Amino acid sequence: MRKYEIIFVIRPDAPEEEVDKIVHQMEGVVSGTGGRVERVDRMGRRKLAYRVRRHREGIYVLFVLEGGGETVKEFERRLKVTDAVIKYLTVRIDEEEKRAAKLKALRAEEAARRPKGKAAAAPSAEVLPAKE
Amino acid sequence: MPPAKNSARNAERPAKPSSTPTAGRKQYFRRRKVCKFCDEKIDVIDYKDVKTIQQFVSERGKILPRRLTGTCSPHQRLLTLAIKRARNIAFLPFAAEL
Repeated sequence: MRKYEIIFVIRPDAPEEEVDKIVHQMEGVVSGTGGRVERVDRMGRRKLAYRVRRHREGIYVLFVLEGGGETVKEFERRLKVTDAVIKYLTVRIDEEEKRAAKLKALRAEEAARRPKGKAAAAPSAEVLPAKE
Repeated sequence: MPPAKNSARNAERPAKPSSTPTAGRKQYFRRRKVCKFCDEKIDVIDYKDVKTIQQFVSERGKILPRRLTGTCSPHQRLLTLAIKRARNIAFLPFAAEL
């Protein structure tokens, strides 16, 4: 199972019910293809940085989900055929999260080795090169 | 060459003692040269975090080079990816008009 983040933009003139409908429909797509929705975040109305299909703003919705390639394929296909969706982006995040967790663990280990803590370690490293 | 660019570059460079022998080290304004992401221990640069990312693009929407921002190379790579993702989903412009 991989973890993905799919963000999509709905037309600003879409009514609230339509947003609900799309979100509900997409949740169904994920569970129907053997995935699991971890989080749905309605980021709400935002200004677009550039015009997309003549719209200057859009309603952003973020899905964080677990699933395989089939789930994403179907999800993207549905977004493409939904007229109200003007833009979408899928990002795989499990490897990034793994990397971040590793770095965090490394840092914790480092801090444990030097009991003085990060606050004492950081300035001393900076002072040395300045003296040379 | 716009003069602003040159002065920014010079401010960032460590002092050459020969150029200002009497002025000492504290005369000029020294820009912070540490990588923001290393300093704040940010491991993942999120494309949705527009506020952070925006500090690293120019007024025109271009990605700022490391020599101006002091970002370290691993973080610059992550940052570049985040900026490109942000552009794709219209959080950031590809080219902003002035």
